[in-house]
Amino acid sequence: MFDLLVTLIPALPLTAVLLNGLLGTRYSHEVAHRLGWGSVAVSFLCAIVVFADTLKTGVAQEVTVYTWIFGGDLTINLAFLIDPLTCIMLLVVTGVGFLIHLYSVGYMHGERGFTRFFTYMNLFMVSMLLLVMGNNYLVLFIGWEGVGLCSYLLIGYYYDRVSAAKAATKAFVVNRIGDAGFLLAIFLVFVNFNTLDYTQVFAQAGKLSTETATAIAICLLIGAIGKSAQIPLYTWLPDAMEGPTPVSALIHAATMVTAGVYMIVRNHVLYDMAPVAMTTVAWVGGLTALFAATIGLVQNDIKRVLAYSTVSQLGYMFLACGIGAYAAAIFHLMTHAFFKALLFLSAGSVIHALSGEQDIRKMGGLKAKIPWTHSLFLVGTLAIAGIFPLAGFWSKDEIMAHAFTHHYYALYAIAVLGAFLTSFYMFRLTYLTFYGQSRVDHHVAEHIHESPTVMIGPLVVLAVLSVIGGFPGVPPEEGWFHHFLRPATTGVGEEHSAGLGLVVALMSAATVIALMGWGLAHYLYSVRPEAAQRWAAGAPRAYQTLLNKYYVDEIYDLLVVKPTKRLGMLCDWFDRTVIDGMVLGVWRVTQSGSAFSTGFEKYVIYGLINIMGYANHLSARSWRKLQSGMVHHYAAMIVAGLFILVHLILVWWTGSSVIGLALR
Amino acid sequence: MSDTALQTSGFPWLTAVVFLPLAGAVLLFFVKDAAVRWTALAVALADLALSFPLFFLYDRSATGMQFTERVAWIASPPINYAVGVDGISLPLLLLTTLLTPLCVLVSWRAIETRLREFMATILVMATAMLGVFVALDFVLFYVFWEAMLIPMYLLIGVWGGPNRLYAAVKFFLYTLAGSVLLLIAILVLFFQGGHTFDILLLSKAGYSQTLQNWLFWAFFIAFAVKVPMFPFHTWLPDAHVEAPTAGSVFLASVLLKMGAYGFLRFTLPMLPDATAAFTPIMVGLSLIAILYGAYMALAQADLKKLIAYSSVSHMGFVTLGIFALNAQGIEGALMQMINHGITTGALFICVGIIYERTHSRMIADNFGLANPMPRYATCLVIFALSSLGLPGTNSFVGEFLILIGTFLWNKAAAVVASLGVILAAAYLLWMVQRVAFGPTAGHSALRLSDLNWREMTIMVPLIVLVFWIGLFPNPLLKVMHTSVDHLIEQEDQEDRALARRDAREMRERREARDGHVAQVSLKANNK
Repeated sequence: MFDLLVTLIPALPLTAVLLNGLLGTRYSHEVAHRLGWGSVAVSFLCAIVVFADTLKTGVAQEVTVYTWIFGGDLTINLAFLIDPLTCIMLLVVTGVGFLIHLYSVGYMHGERGFTRFFTYMNLFMVSMLLLVMGNNYLVLFIGWEGVGLCSYLLIGYYYDRVSAAKAATKAFVVNRIGDAGFLLAIFLVFVNFNTLDYTQVFAQAGKLSTETATAIAICLLIGAIGKSAQIPLYTWLPDAMEGPTPVSALIHAATMVTAGVYMIVRNHVLYDMAPVAMTTVAWVGGLTALFAATIGLVQNDIKRVLAYSTVSQLGYMFLACGIGAYAAAIFHLMTHAFFKALLFLSAGSVIHALSGEQDIRKMGGLKAKIPWTHSLFLVGTLAIAGIFPLAGFWSKDEIMAHAFTHHYYALYAIAVLGAFLTSFYMFRLTYLTFYGQSRVDHHVAEHIHESPTVMIGPLVVLAVLSVIGGFPGVPPEEGWFHHFLRPATTGVGEEHSAGLGLVVALMSAATVIALMGWGLAHYLYSVRPEAAQRWAAGAPRAYQTLLNKYYVDEIYDLLVVKPTKRLGMLCDWFDRTVIDGMVLGVWRVTQSGSAFSTGFEKYVIYGLINIMGYANHLSARSWRKLQSGMVHHYAAMIVAGLFILVHLILVWWTGSSVIGLALR
Repeated sequence: MSDTALQTSGFPWLTAVVFLPLAGAVLLFFVKDAAVRWTALAVALADLALSFPLFFLYDRSATGMQFTERVAWIASPPINYAVGVDGISLPLLLLTTLLTPLCVLVSWRAIETRLREFMATILVMATAMLGVFVALDFVLFYVFWEAMLIPMYLLIGVWGGPNRLYAAVKFFLYTLAGSVLLLIAILVLFFQGGHTFDILLLSKAGYSQTLQNWLFWAFFIAFAVKVPMFPFHTWLPDAHVEAPTAGSVFLASVLLKMGAYGFLRFTLPMLPDATAAFTPIMVGLSLIAILYGAYMALAQADLKKLIAYSSVSHMGFVTLGIFALNAQGIEGALMQMINHGITTGALFICVGIIYERTHSRMIADNFGLANPMPRYATCLVIFALSSLGLPGTNSFVGEFLILIGTFLWNKAAAVVASLGVILAAAYLLWMVQRVAFGPTAGHSALRLSDLNWREMTIMVPLIVLVFWIGLFPNPLLKVMHTSVDHLIEQEDQEDRALARRDAREMRERREARDGHVAQVSLKANNK
């Protein structure tokens, strides 16, 4: 029964994919979307049962479906591992996934390729579920590439838009760089353990040397950096906003991009053995958190601000992993899934209301016109900014507190600064979108409308989760959430709790920081709107750098993309000129060889024969002259002949010539 | 003598499978014009149906050749008609019989002149290719090997594009060099391996290191041209560009496998020491091919050239797996040979389909096809994803096994090969982005019709295979296991046997020398 339920979780959306993908054109959109969200809803129910079972028994269970590959002594099963970590991920993925599917019914209504959309979304669910459920690295990898594929297909959903097609390719190729690293990690694991199953690998992890553990951890990290859009491979995520908004919410905020965090936590046994890798993870996360937040300060596209915010929040999760706060990382992953999905979907509701407008410079004053969306977006903003007692407060505060109490002061400072910036840019976004004077184009303004219930409903659920989602993790590091996850995340040196006084002090500091960000945004975008422009004008170079995202895309283009294409052209030239040149050279040599032999025969061989004939002719003529008929000529010849004859005889007898004798 | 290794079965399966297309080709000249297509298709399908039971009848646990037949052909020198298949050749045989009907279907409307001769050429080609995979006698092998070139030459030379003479000459030059060296190598083996052309006996004979080294390079040129390995690859893009679609499919899907098959059937078992000695060079060339082919593919503006160069890159993976010399590598290489046959063949068919509609193979002329041709775009995306090795599709299984085999041999080589995986995503998706996506092209795109029933009939089996092998590769892997294990054991055993023999020879030589020295000193004493 348990096995069946576990298998059904990915199998249901898969069935929907096959039905919608193969027969989708035969039936109406209503059937297609019901299959789409219905299958995910049942998966969610199955996940709840599986979760309850795990909660009760408290043991990890494995379910094998079939043997996928075996080659040589390598056997790989399609099998699932159900443990607390998987359960949390299952609930988040199917739960948030279900809400976003439901929302999509309203959002995608009337779009071309409606069935295609739900097919891809369900395929994404299948891949993501394989990713979090797999009991070995290769099933994780199928899911990993599968979500990448769906991301590719959905970013390029509006395929006739050149920018969308380009963004899709970019996302896949950049992810592939990370995937190559991930593959190498898999090979390293196989070489060292002769298996790819988690349980066996982690049980034997102790025998690894620190160097090997570090190598595996770093290779995995490369994969995680690609998928979770961290420095230096984050550039694909902002472009991925070309996809429909539910896609941004589901794939590029709530679930897929957190796969890297899941992978690191899943492999925490290996990371615990590799301090260098841990430090790398922490700093990659910390720097990304800050870096992306600074870009987010000045962006004008509502979805892009949220995209940079996602990159930044993922940085926090990496930071948490890097300092050993694995439970906190997953906790933040969960709360982030709630409030970021809420923010994206509310942004979608805004875009929907404004007939597709995404530029916040053309928004403003929407609070009165779309009050529901406004309230929901505000809840999301409060949650992400870390305002007490919303979900984001607990999870983010826990990460910062962990950094402080474990003496990572530099990372703590970065995290605090990042939190301030987060609060600022999110309230900036809120003020520019919903408050102040309306800057909406008047054609668009006529059509502003609140979204339908099918869209608002899921948002309300997400808003409730964003408010209460932090409570399972209270008190910090000792909450229900942490106890449940402990079997899957216990690392080294986890146990020690800070004093109550310190905890309260850190919480207060975090709250003050968040309020400061809010305050500054309030001042710049509500109290004195002209001040923001003055500030920007005051430091034009800094402003331009931020606005152009530190020119990182341009730099990559110059350093990687163009040289790669040029290298291709160079190879092409080499192929045509040098290699083909040699081949044609051989051809020419053969050709000229035959020409030469023809010529040789014509001129040299025939020539020789002719020369011989001619010489004969000539010599005959000269010999003929000898027969002159004059006696003195004959006499002279006889004397000469005799002389030669005698000379030869002398040489024969004495071994020396006449001249030699004379000289002697 | 070798009959112990060859169990002869009742029905001559292999002879029937190999020569049925040839008989069909003859038959074609006796049917009415209108019936040519259907006759050719019926023959090709009959051959597929005939070969299909082999997959189930094949005994997966037995080593050695199965379905063997042996008839004396020429008494002196002893040349036999000897055929048989093992886990290495059977999948390739089935791939060939599968692709033949598809090639007939692909040419249904595309070929307008000399249709009867064209279909006959396709069928003769099939017989020659099938013969290469089943031949167990070196002379028979060589006959099929050379016979294969004639129909290919005709396909390019008669039904080819405008620049066909250039392509044909290049193709001819490369293959000629290879063939001559192969013939010499065969003759040397005959005299050194016990005056027999029996491939199985020759594989067991054992040769000195020096001889192995010479034979290795002779074989290398012959097979490397076929694979093609860098730097013997430049005939490939031109041949593909000029060949009709069916020719391209045969070329990419089957002909290129001949080289890799040669390495597996001859070089590895017959020349184990030379193989071990030159493995680093082979791996190096494979890595160059992987990256070079990928970079070349990035630079191409012609779809056929792009896919041709992607073949160079993919076949680099195959040779990489072969010369990793372990079970994972070789099984991966075999898988990848089949996968490349399916996927790249399909991609060439995709190019052919679009060429029939727009009369251009240039990427710049074909864009935004997803709107007028959604089914076509779906197929193109599926095969591109398969080609770049997405998990769940066929190529992933092969590439993964190859890479893991390579990693076991040398970590750095696997890292370099992984770069090829990244580049594959780049050139294939960039191609898809430009061809399938983007705004629909003005006047020409609107008239484009989507895939018709015939084209779907070609695509669907290939798509099914892409996912079937990707999700359930084990039935296919099981066919290969025993033979590959046997190959590797043989490799090891021969290594050891040879080492023993070398040691013995050295000892004897030393003893002889010592004896001589002793005798000389004895003489001196006597004096």
